[in-house]
Amino acid sequence: MTNTLSPPTGREAPPAATRPRRRRRRGGLDGHDRLTRAVLLLGTCLLVMVPFAWMISLAFTPPEQAFGSVALVPEDPTLENFSTALLDADLLRALANSAIVAAVVVLGNCVIAILAGYAFAMLPFRGSTAVFFSLVATTAIPVSVTLIPLFLMTRGVPLAGGNDILGQGGSGLLDTLAGLTLPHLVMPMNIFLARQYFSGSSRDLAEAARIDGAGEWRIFSRIYLPLAKPLVAVIAIFSFTGVWDDFLWPLVITSSPESQTVQLALARFLVDGNVQYGPLMAGVVLVTLPVIAVFLFNQRGFISGLTDGSVKG
Amino acid sequence: MLFVLPALLYVGIFHLVPVVYGLVLSFTDYDPLSRTSPDVVGFDNYVAIFSDAAFRDSLLVTGRYVLMVLPVTVALALGLALLVNRPFPGVGLVRSALYVPHIVALTAVSMVWLWMYSSNGLINEVLGWFQLPAQSWLYDEDTALPAVAAMRVWKALGSNMVLLLAGLQSIPKELYEAARVDGARRWQLFRHITLPGLRPILVYVVAMDIIFLAQGFAEIFVLTGGGPLGSTTTTNYLIYTEAFQYNRMGSASAMAFVLFAFIAGASLLAVRGMLGRRQS
Repeated sequence: MTNTLSPPTGREAPPAATRPRRRRRRGGLDGHDRLTRAVLLLGTCLLVMVPFAWMISLAFTPPEQAFGSVALVPEDPTLENFSTALLDADLLRALANSAIVAAVVVLGNCVIAILAGYAFAMLPFRGSTAVFFSLVATTAIPVSVTLIPLFLMTRGVPLAGGNDILGQGGSGLLDTLAGLTLPHLVMPMNIFLARQYFSGSSRDLAEAARIDGAGEWRIFSRIYLPLAKPLVAVIAIFSFTGVWDDFLWPLVITSSPESQTVQLALARFLVDGNVQYGPLMAGVVLVTLPVIAVFLFNQRGFISGLTDGSVKG
Repeated sequence: MLFVLPALLYVGIFHLVPVVYGLVLSFTDYDPLSRTSPDVVGFDNYVAIFSDAAFRDSLLVTGRYVLMVLPVTVALALGLALLVNRPFPGVGLVRSALYVPHIVALTAVSMVWLWMYSSNGLINEVLGWFQLPAQSWLYDEDTALPAVAAMRVWKALGSNMVLLLAGLQSIPKELYEAARVDGARRWQLFRHITLPGLRPILVYVVAMDIIFLAQGFAEIFVLTGGGPLGSTTTTNYLIYTEAFQYNRMGSASAMAFVLFAFIAGASLLAVRGMLGRRQS
């Protein structure tokens, strides 16, 4: 990711003395300017963080206190909400389901999308550019256009869920974990990211290996894949959050608690008119934690998944 | 070629076939519960949805929603990007903090905002500090959509900022130096160097925002359920209820294609409008 934008170390702006936005470069207003900027940014950051602060606070506030005004720091913090969320609301099972689905999706994307992106960059064939762009163009298709057909196709998978060989009669892969993975196994955006990555790497190694008689598969798996760890990280993160945060597809195809995913399990708190905010926020914290952890662990990968699709594209 | 095959097959089956299938469905009266084969009804679905006030209203709601979120988000994100485009102690932390809402699931953050907007929630409490009357944000026709939009601005700010920041950093610094030697002032630098330099990324940001915002669903599902009185029923939400609560998948498919056409039209219009100004 040559264009990776990394908050702490990325290509930084030039030294302050040559910056454009200084009102009077040799005047005395620098300190004043800097103060204004610091106050603005600090204020915005605090405002942006407010919902998260109260999310955490509510999660530790005893349920009976959650209806009055809620203090930022709970007076008598409790873990009760977490056990309610995990056990009563079946969040534990949902976490397990989502983890399985996410693992399969991450694997599918890391293998299939990277292979394809590699081939588009290093082994072009007749018409490969046109094929590549039509693959990428599918990312602009609204979800609602493919939602109903995908639902019917998932229901009509032959020989699954009581279906006959023509895919009739049963429920197919509806309400199964396999059905949950289907539309996410290869995200076209990942093919795009992989091609961008490999078009930036040198072909000399491949040519040298070819002269030595190595096959294309060997060249890919022994030379280029080991060099592509940042790409694998970006694609893993992108696929993981995509499927972990997905709401509409699980909502449409699952009906039993046994196959629910995390976001859907959270939504179950809402159905009975009186929302129990304590356990709900405990659930939100638990569901959000893995994503935040991945973000803190690899911010660079997180952000370059977003920017590499645009600046270079 | 063999390397590409799995991906090609997959995208063909799970992205392209559904589009064709959906188009076919939109000309039928398909009902998933009846197992008799559906009838072809020609353009009946399209005629019916356009004479349906609920559908026309949903398009208006979707449009208003995009217009409420998009300009505010882009303007704020541009301002923030300019502010964090200079090194200072803690700049990384600030950028990360602003980015966090983007990485958290829309469903999950909508639930936090559901509490913030609730009768005893944080927003009413803050109003109380200033002796202002509490509002029933999500239950009032006038405030429900703006309330959802405000949440979405908060959510989209970080990703827009990061993209615009990447754009800012791709503008050659020499341009600024040359202009300053010529005596350009701060506003002139912004107007004549920053904005033109940012145009490609700005076009991308606006187009992506339109595509995503016009598909608003999870936040509506969690915060308002489309109410009160349909004032927050976006087209995507209407499609969901039409297809999966009323089982009218034919007309839901027709709605999806109309929405598709509107999204494509709006984003193309925005792109052309923004790129067109370059010629003048």
